[in-house]
Amino acid sequence: MSKQLYYEDIAVGSEITPLVKQPTTRQLVMWAGASGDYNPIHYDKDFAQSRGLPGVIVHGQLVCSFLGQLITDWIGEQGSLRKLTCSYKGMNFPGETLTGKGKVIKKYIEAGEHCVECNIWAENSKGEKTVSGMAIAVVPSRG
Amino acid sequence: MAEGSLNIEGLRDKIGVEREVGVYEIEKGMIRKFALAIGDPNPLWQDEEYARESNYGGIIAPPTFILTIGLEQIEQELTSLPSTTTLHGSTELECYQPVRPGDKITVTTKLANIRERQGRETGKTVFMTFEITYKNQRQELVAKCRQTLIGL
Repeated sequence: MSKQLYYEDIAVGSEITPLVKQPTTRQLVMWAGASGDYNPIHYDKDFAQSRGLPGVIVHGQLVCSFLGQLITDWIGEQGSLRKLTCSYKGMNFPGETLTGKGKVIKKYIEAGEHCVECNIWAENSKGEKTVSGMAIAVVPSRG
Repeated sequence: MAEGSLNIEGLRDKIGVEREVGVYEIEKGMIRKFALAIGDPNPLWQDEEYARESNYGGIIAPPTFILTIGLEQIEQELTSLPSTTTLHGSTELECYQPVRPGDKITVTTKLANIRERQGRETGKTVFMTFEITYKNQRQELVAKCRQTLIGL
């Protein structure tokens, strides 16, 4: 169980605890089944190559869900994710290490809710940001 | 690469036309399968006893779970588009309340925007933005999503 995060403990400019993932082809098949995304570029190497791809690629929304986990792990169970955006800039391949990262860019109180806004991204082992976006979450206050 | 294979005018007729994708009953097993697929061990998604003691009073789904509801049907429609390959451009998700087992989620979608870009070497690229709305059995808004797809 992750520790509860409070509004007062968040510093603008600070980094979110990174989340490391190593998607395998097995995980892509599990994701296909769980999500209903059966596009063969994610599990059929011959098909993917026939479409000009180097091999099967990781589903964008699986990476988006990793970034969702990055936030829910960080904000703790009394926090709630309100907005999550992901822009799919580069391809990810099974077997590669992907690290979800984030940085706090803003904190504010709106309609009585304590909000935090972050830049978030997924980085491959070469340090390339293949998916990037932002997240807004509401967290509890000690006040 | 595809050359002029997308019927842009045909798609333009669909802009702004909302249609119901389906109604989906959420089961605990679907949420569990989703959590396992991401590799997210958070007990709120799976452990009934733990979740009962939490603020939520029971199991909830991870926020991105909603993105998969009706996805297969939405995708089937897309793959019937006369495009050779569709890549995912972006996802923008807004969550208003958690999804729980037993919820009946109505998914509606509309094509919001379509843009065309002529590349020098790659030919025509088409950007399609869909807006998807998710409501529960009480007609409350659960989430909204904008998905942009790139047709090559």
